[in-house]
Amino acid sequence: MTLDRRAFFGTAGKYLIVTAATAKVIETFLAGATPEPAAYAAADHWWAMILDIEKCIGCGNCVRACKAENDVPLEAEYFRTWVERYHVRGDDLEHPDVDSPNGGYDGFPDKYSAGDGARTFFVPKLCNHCAHSPCVQVCPVGATFVSPDGVVLVDKSYCLGCRYCVQACPYGCRFIDPRTHTVDKCNLCYHRITKGLLPACVENCPTGSRMIGDLRNPKDPIHAFLREHKVQVLKPQMATGSKAFYNGLDGSVR
Amino acid sequence: MRRLLRDGGHLLRVAGLFAAGIAAFVVLRGILVPSDFGRFGHYRAGALADNAKRPVRFAGKTACLDCHGEVADAQKGSRHANVRCEACHGPLAKHADDPGIAPAKLSAAHLCLTCHRATVGRPAKFPQVDPEEHAGGVECTSCHRPHHPEQEGKS
Repeated sequence: MTLDRRAFFGTAGKYLIVTAATAKVIETFLAGATPEPAAYAAADHWWAMILDIEKCIGCGNCVRACKAENDVPLEAEYFRTWVERYHVRGDDLEHPDVDSPNGGYDGFPDKYSAGDGARTFFVPKLCNHCAHSPCVQVCPVGATFVSPDGVVLVDKSYCLGCRYCVQACPYGCRFIDPRTHTVDKCNLCYHRITKGLLPACVENCPTGSRMIGDLRNPKDPIHAFLREHKVQVLKPQMATGSKAFYNGLDGSVR
Repeated sequence: MRRLLRDGGHLLRVAGLFAAGIAAFVVLRGILVPSDFGRFGHYRAGALADNAKRPVRFAGKTACLDCHGEVADAQKGSRHANVRCEACHGPLAKHADDPGIAPAKLSAAHLCLTCHRATVGRPAKFPQVDPEEHAGGVECTSCHRPHHPEQEGKS
């Protein structure tokens, strides 16, 4: 048979183009019409949280409200948000005593005595809603993602329960729901913020230690807060693009 | 081309096989992958609506004040002015939807001390008491109004 290289590539190329074009046509045909968008325009928002440690009193209201609002199992392993108590002796930033009895659900029984030379404070924790989230990057099936409004969400109907994301989250914010065997985490009360309500934890924080803000809304008070306070995110060295901004964050907090 | 048709039967068979394989992939993908997958990114766009679907348990202060506007007046000027209703009264979306469903009675002693029991770690500026020393067993509400704790009296 005599077929030179040039002719072979030419012919093969033509066939490839025809195949690809056909595939595209079939795909477009099968995709059909896209569904109507809802009244809440996700792309107009970019949600972030402010956590003011200087105002947190460790009452546990946020933890209880979160579990009630989101049907989180009441056992001490499952939290969408929880509160930690830090006890740091002087300059020993690397070895703080941290406790979180039942995630702060029942409040914090007094454990330390006043004037023991250490500083004690409460740190509320939740999903940091990272813009460059490690949990999203490891999901093999597209079951977790950053929504157009900047919330890290879980698609429960897609989640395999493989636990990659649970390990990838540097902040320990994810758990496997024992009832569905799919992953669960804070979704910033997506069912509330899309209706113009506050997340349950913010609604129930008595001191205003927790605030939610829309970074795409120029009139949102979050801009003033970020301008007037020196804030920090958890584990900035991980470059996760965290959007949980802490005011008064101690260097010992991990 | 004529030469390819005459001598290249085996190549055409392979090409046909490839075309059939690709067509089968595209058809199967079209059937198995939801049409809204990839609309915003590598995920199902309908998952946004799924997340937004959950029923609301906490109605929100705005909903409370629609009927109980007088409480906002009672709170005015107090350190509890910015405390939202359900932080103490609990989740009451059902009550907001149907006022016939009465909210549960609150236990003032327990509620007040959730925040105001002296605990190491609470910000020094935050008002906190040792209940025994401060009240000696007397109910908080016999001296403080929960909606305006600086004032004496009930409500």
